[in-house]
Amino acid sequence: MIVGLAAVAAVLFGVGVYLLIQRTLTRILIGIGLIGHAANLLLLLAGGPSGRPPLVDGGRQVSDPLPQALALTAIVITFGVTLFLLALAFRSVVQRGNDDVEDDPEDRRISRLQDVTSDDTELAQEDSDDGVVRHQDSATSTGGEGS
Amino acid sequence: MSVLVPAPFLLPVLAAGLAMTLGRHPKAQRVITVAVLGTLVAVSAALLVQVDRHGTQVVEPGGWPAPFGVTLAVDMLSALMLVVSSIVLFSVLVFTLGQGRRDAGSAVFHPAYMTLAAGVGLAFVTGDMFNLFVAFEITLMSSYVLVTFRGSRDQVRFGMTYVVINVVASLLFLTAIALLYAATGTVNMADLTVAVTRLADGTRTAFALLFLLVFGVKAAMFPLFFWLPDSYPTAPTPVTAVFAGLLTKLGVYSILRTQTLVFGDDVPSVILLVIAGATMIIGVLGAIAQDDMKRILSFHIISQIGYMIMGLGLLTVSGLAASVFFVVHQIPVKTALFLTGGMIESTTGTSALSRLGLMRRAPLVAAFFGLAACSLAGFPPFSGFVGKYGLVSAGVAESAWLIVGVSLLGSLLTLFSMAKIWAGVFWGEPDTEADRRRLSGVSARYPPTMIVGCAAVVVLTLAVALFAGQVWDWSEQAARELHDPDAYVEAVLGGRLAGGSP
Repeated sequence: MIVGLAAVAAVLFGVGVYLLIQRTLTRILIGIGLIGHAANLLLLLAGGPSGRPPLVDGGRQVSDPLPQALALTAIVITFGVTLFLLALAFRSVVQRGNDDVEDDPEDRRISRLQDVTSDDTELAQEDSDDGVVRHQDSATSTGGEGS
Repeated sequence: MSVLVPAPFLLPVLAAGLAMTLGRHPKAQRVITVAVLGTLVAVSAALLVQVDRHGTQVVEPGGWPAPFGVTLAVDMLSALMLVVSSIVLFSVLVFTLGQGRRDAGSAVFHPAYMTLAAGVGLAFVTGDMFNLFVAFEITLMSSYVLVTFRGSRDQVRFGMTYVVINVVASLLFLTAIALLYAATGTVNMADLTVAVTRLADGTRTAFALLFLLVFGVKAAMFPLFFWLPDSYPTAPTPVTAVFAGLLTKLGVYSILRTQTLVFGDDVPSVILLVIAGATMIIGVLGAIAQDDMKRILSFHIISQIGYMIMGLGLLTVSGLAASVFFVVHQIPVKTALFLTGGMIESTTGTSALSRLGLMRRAPLVAAFFGLAACSLAGFPPFSGFVGKYGLVSAGVAESAWLIVGVSLLGSLLTLFSMAKIWAGVFWGEPDTEADRRRLSGVSARYPPTMIVGCAAVVVLTLAVALFAGQVWDWSEQAARELHDPDAYVEAVLGGRLAGGSP
């Protein structure tokens, strides 16, 4: 039984990490949810084999209540964080029409600095874009990235 | 007197609730938060005196004996951190009082700030790993709100990175706790000290590395620092200042505590020293490449984390003492630098380095920045010098020449980049006609609360230098307690059998 649950936890971790490295915030969010489940499952597993009675019967071996308490706390915390991320994703959709994670403007600026062939006037143009509208036109930004 | 131990968590969390209900009465909110954080400074000072005289203070708030229930314990390290962090939290709160509704005047700010204070307080007083996780979550939840509460485009953008990175680190922390519980059957730190000795050597090192990884993300050490320079500069000034001063140091505090008290020297010294050296050099080189004041300062946060890890990596009491001293000195210095940076930005509308010539216009801000920058670079009379001298002499004692050389080089480069900010912001006259016209209308008048708040943090950095002897003694005591955990275990568990249930 423990091996089965451990395998479930492993699969959850794997799928979670895969979703985490996507660009869309909603996918990242589902990934975080899955990793959270995996961690909670692991906490539960840490309490020993399942199927034992709760802490009522003094005579027999009872299940360890501490990991269950820890898992409950952790579930509540993950729940709160997920809600906050959902709100953030919604805000992003309202502001920009999508919830993709953008490139960092500073990183793009520095990667452009390395590109000796790039035109100076274009550089200045893009910099001012960054300051005011944060690259609405993805054409210029992908150009800067690729270099 | 150990009744004071839960106060660093209880006072701010109650104030947060009260401030939340008083959302429509900003004045009442301010009175409450200022009063509570002021009390907290006094409580922390009392705790420090108490610990200095009578040793580690322990409280079991649930009434369950130590390995089973929640334990709160304040030793020298906790007490030192509490004093410095409560003074910084209080000063920054005073700094915010003069700000408008869009910034720190918003109804959300005060409850979130109090929750942050509660989380920081709990992290310093807690005596078990799971509670440390909860404390981190409380701190991070309020920090998410503080980073994004204005909801502007930039804040949402960078807030996303910040939140996702920290959530992933937290989940990793939770996983590590689950595995540790499965292996040892306890999450109490004092109990773990004994319980981990029963594990195989390899398992123990794996756990130690896992926790180093978890706290390394929070502390922004190499190579896990990439999120920091993106997310910190976009938050409102007082928020950035508190984050810069406290949040990364919370990670360092946890590293110091777990790597010494729980896993006594299980991570090989060479790994810690390589991380320390790389963090110093890459952080400071990143700073040199930037030309925006807030980003430069953000990279310096990373660079200075390296020095704190270096003292730990030497695995000696004097190295550890130097690390503790360095953390104590960094908290106010970093806060002061970011507060002055914010003041400059509010005057000029930019934090870019473009020969603003602010020396004449805002001499007081220049003085504040200069004093903090000298401390950061480590000029002899200032606190940074004492910390770095301690680290270097501990390194020389261990004949760790390479790391000593790297740390001195990092120090030199820090000085260079501070000089760059000084030349860019304070010296000379504006280059272009446009800048000159823009700045001529600018008056460098700040609300008195801003000046007082910033001055208080600068005075704290000077106090650390002035009373360096006393602070050093305390740091050394904290280091001894960490290095030899018997006293801590005895204080928490009493005569009870340590080692957890199998």
